[in-house]
Amino acid sequence: MQTLVTLLVLAPALGALIAGLFGRRIGNTLSQGVTTGLLFLSCALSWYVFAQHTWGGLEPFTVKLLDFINIGTFQSAWSIRIDALSATMLIVVTSVSSLVHLYSWGYMAEDPSKPRFFAYLSLFTFAMLMLVTAADFMQLFFGWEGVGLASYLLIGFWFHKDSASSAAIKAFVVNRVGDFGFALGIMTIYWQFGTINFAELFPLLASKEATSWAFLSWHFSALDLAAFLLFIGAMGKSAQFFLHTWLPDAMEGPTPVSALIHAATMVTAGVYMVCLLSPLFELAPVAKMIVTYVGAITAIFAASIGFTQNDIKRVIAFSTCSQLGYMFFAAGVGAYEAAMFHLFTHAFFKALLFLGAGSVIHGMHHEQDMRNMGGLYKYLPATYAVMMIGTIAITGLGIPYTQIGFAGFFSKDTIIETAWAAAGTPQGMFAFWIGVVAALLTAFYSWRLIFMTFHGKKQWEHGHDDHHSHDEAHGDHAHAAVAHHDDHAHDDHAHDDHGHGHHAHTPHESPLVMLIPLFVLSVGAVAAGFVFAPYFVGDHAHDFWGHAIFHGPHNHVLHDAHHIEEKWVKFAPLVVTLLGTLGAVYYYLMRPDVPKAMAAKQGGFYRFLYNKWYFDELYQVVFVKGSKALGDFFWKILDVKIIDGLGPNGVAATALKSAKNLVKSQTGFLYHYAFVMFLGIAGLLTWVVFFLAR
Amino acid sequence: MAIPNLLSLITFLPLAGALVILAVKALSRKDDEAVIGTNAKWIALWTTLATLALTIVLLAQFDRTTTDYQFVEKAQWFSYLSYHMGVDGISVLFVALTAFLMPLCILASWTNIKERLVEYMIAFLVLQTAVIGVFTVLDLFLFYMFFEFGLVPMFLIIGIWGGKDRIYASYKFFLYTLLGSVLMLAAMLYMVGVAGTSSIPELAQYEFLAAAQPWLWLAFFASFAVKMPMWPVHTWLPDAHVQAPTAGSVMLAGILLKLGGYGFIRFNLPMFPLASEMFTPFVLTLSVIAIVVTSLIAFRQTDIKKLIAYSSVAHMGFVTMGIFAGNQEGVQGAVYQMISHGLISGALFLCVGVVYDRWHTREIVFYGGLTKLLPHFAFVFLLFTMANVGLPGTSGFVGEILTMTGLYQVSTWAAFVAATGVILSAMYALTLYKRVMYGEVTNEALKGHPDLTAREILIFVPLIVGTIALGVYPAFVFDFTTASVDALVAQYQTLIGG
Repeated sequence: MQTLVTLLVLAPALGALIAGLFGRRIGNTLSQGVTTGLLFLSCALSWYVFAQHTWGGLEPFTVKLLDFINIGTFQSAWSIRIDALSATMLIVVTSVSSLVHLYSWGYMAEDPSKPRFFAYLSLFTFAMLMLVTAADFMQLFFGWEGVGLASYLLIGFWFHKDSASSAAIKAFVVNRVGDFGFALGIMTIYWQFGTINFAELFPLLASKEATSWAFLSWHFSALDLAAFLLFIGAMGKSAQFFLHTWLPDAMEGPTPVSALIHAATMVTAGVYMVCLLSPLFELAPVAKMIVTYVGAITAIFAASIGFTQNDIKRVIAFSTCSQLGYMFFAAGVGAYEAAMFHLFTHAFFKALLFLGAGSVIHGMHHEQDMRNMGGLYKYLPATYAVMMIGTIAITGLGIPYTQIGFAGFFSKDTIIETAWAAAGTPQGMFAFWIGVVAALLTAFYSWRLIFMTFHGKKQWEHGHDDHHSHDEAHGDHAHAAVAHHDDHAHDDHAHDDHGHGHHAHTPHESPLVMLIPLFVLSVGAVAAGFVFAPYFVGDHAHDFWGHAIFHGPHNHVLHDAHHIEEKWVKFAPLVVTLLGTLGAVYYYLMRPDVPKAMAAKQGGFYRFLYNKWYFDELYQVVFVKGSKALGDFFWKILDVKIIDGLGPNGVAATALKSAKNLVKSQTGFLYHYAFVMFLGIAGLLTWVVFFLAR
Repeated sequence: MAIPNLLSLITFLPLAGALVILAVKALSRKDDEAVIGTNAKWIALWTTLATLALTIVLLAQFDRTTTDYQFVEKAQWFSYLSYHMGVDGISVLFVALTAFLMPLCILASWTNIKERLVEYMIAFLVLQTAVIGVFTVLDLFLFYMFFEFGLVPMFLIIGIWGGKDRIYASYKFFLYTLLGSVLMLAAMLYMVGVAGTSSIPELAQYEFLAAAQPWLWLAFFASFAVKMPMWPVHTWLPDAHVQAPTAGSVMLAGILLKLGGYGFIRFNLPMFPLASEMFTPFVLTLSVIAIVVTSLIAFRQTDIKKLIAYSSVAHMGFVTMGIFAGNQEGVQGAVYQMISHGLISGALFLCVGVVYDRWHTREIVFYGGLTKLLPHFAFVFLLFTMANVGLPGTSGFVGEILTMTGLYQVSTWAAFVAATGVILSAMYALTLYKRVMYGEVTNEALKGHPDLTAREILIFVPLIVGTIALGVYPAFVFDFTTASVDALVAQYQTLIGG
């Protein structure tokens, strides 16, 4: 088993090395074949490990591969930790990743840098596997930043586009803000407990429950402080409120990347970390409360933006952001199992939605604006079918009190119910209502996407010049959006090669190599819920999770959630989902003129939502311009004027004047100084030897 | 096989190589400059490679379990001046770093130095002897001589083979270092006077008067802070780097900046522990200011080399704060950070050299879209950019996280501010990479130059291997340093009663 899991984790690294270093030599086909093959191997092994764990009685274990940083008690090692949490993540990561590898054969078919693309994908997968199997904070941090690197490389994959490389930097830097908190959190843990190893740390946590720790001159509960600082890291990686701004821009990456990294796996790393550290969070009530509030606010905030966006990928991106909010508030109220379950089901239907959107974009010759789509169901029937499944799954359709429903029904309803079970606290009550309202919005924007894309009038048959004039009404931000679309027209290198005009062709269905992953994921979106619910959150949950998730003595939310007496709580998600769906049907199927008129009217609230609550503008002014201004000040005033002006230049000016008179050639000037120095040293030595020695 | 006088051999072999170059030149026909130059290059390369080979023997024979000085050579010359050499787990790594970088420097100068090639090679070999000497000598006065002597070839390298403002740059360099050195020498004279010995190991055990310690500490600090360089005495560095030829920058950033950190560890901390403790808040303040301020300045630079130079100052801030955190994590991290920075900054300056050799400008705006034209170079530059921002898995990470961890125990405020450096470094480094490497190729002048040559790849491969190997398995460094640093920290903590 130890060799097996080692192979499982290292196989993608091997693929990345082969495709990355020798991609040009061995050619495109072999590069993608090797990386994809190794990924499927990894995936098969993951399912084997997961099955052994769930049904075969495999006990959790840790393989130590090599020492990492060992200084005093700061001990870390490269290792592979297998338990319920990591086994779950292994199948999520490798399943989605192998399907995305396969899908990319079709999607990236005409891209000139295929080996590089597949190398990056495999590199990402390796880093993600290192992250989920870490046994201490250092390896966790390695994986954490490693996936950040891969994300940076893949967002900026089409590096010739300025928007892509800017988005890549933004993603990396905003994540670094999170990592800043993460690193401080690790240090807090280390100086509190003298270890950074999870297995050593967890039993010690309770001993410091009442300890306070002075941080930045204030006193905090040590555990709350550590948990909060670590959570900042999670906020960055999982694009939570305040640190979410990079995720929509990350859509600059190729669509398979969005599906893998920015929907199914990397962005869930923050949720995974909070669940992994449940022993810590259970003893940190304040931090847990913050997690709940941040998660709930993100859930509603992102959903509110989602229903004004017109870029198909951005809608799904905000949807992801919102769903991650659900997972966080589930963890925040103490239902880590529900959070992990939603992470699990979400990976399937969100990857499905993204890859489906990719299929649409591919079929539409790299068009991403839904206003230029419409009526596509006839042209992309298979894509339409799987997108329908994904949408039903995300809206969480299912019948309460039965085991009938799509994946999202089981996980999202469990989350809303656990929030209700925690409604004795203000944050629990808050999360519950937010969860219900956000479910309504989710249904609305998800169906809006389907209707705008696949139904209604074919907006792509006539040119979209009218949209330009329409766009310009949006003010500054819309100009950026227009430029963005032009970029896409240029970026369309693959199709340009074939002499396609921008809108000259009818949309086409994607090749089989792209559809097969969609079919597989559809099965997941349908079945992941009812098959796995008993293990993740149901009767077998206790056996399934074992010691991987810890509950404080007063935390019974998951149990209570199964025994909710109020029938309306059980039915509330279904009702609001149906309401949201009907709303979308009304506004986007029956009266599409209404939302258009609203968008054209440019009301204040609409603009506020459309421009994403103006976070980008705010950060631009405060952080980007701020640091530029500070940098200029420190450089041009402090360094050049003050330090140099008072110091060397002041002295130099006078000295140079006299030196010029003494020394003729420039090099002579230097030799002169060297000579003087030698004389000086000689003189001092003489003095030492003859006078000091006496 | 034991080689007698191994340390002296390593130290003076480069000097001998320089003499051979001179001799060969004297024997050659005067008019045959091309042959003389080629001979000089090859002699220099073989000399540095031989030094590297001897250094590998040194590392292999080094006993990692003891804290004693090893390979000790001692000969009393007269009165206080003795020829005393030896290395411990800290200095042996700096010797190794120097020996490792020097052949790369020679290779990096293979084609781009056209004038006075003989003198250039001699200057580098003399520089190597001087720098290795700083790390191997155990006599205070010998240390001073090597320490100061090392500056001469560096002045010459900047002043003769530098860019168009080379005189200003070397003058600034000289002025700064001179000021520090004079004070340090005065302190040394006092120390030898009261302790009655010039042996560094003995001085490290001598307890200087508590009242004298602050003054002695400040005198040494003045000299080492300039070398580091610490904010606000850093302004010579960007100018020196911009004007220096590529290999000069590699030596400057890779080795000469480490003299300051080495000095703090060898002198300030063990010899004046009370003063070190007293001045800790002062040093930490300057360090975190350096990290934040110079990172922000780096963000605004328009010259690639200047940007990397400012980034060096920021990274040295991690070193000083680690040293004066005074705990295992901090000091180990600081030593590690210096070794790692030697590789990474050296490699980054070599990257600048690659584009400078082709297009003869360091202006960022001139470039753009190079990834398309030089894909191999794009990979190398990306790797070292990531190492520079401290990505885990590269050596850049280990030093940063350890020094910050060490610092966190001493001051959460300082650690908090220092940790923002992690964000800022990503900002300036990735922006630089984007502006040079990404985007469309808009400047026609960029076209028509080859990707990395075989010689350039040969230079980068050892650096890549080193950066990754140390990043994945930092024990390559810690195996050497642990015993010595632990002893140092234990002594320091005892003396300050911590």
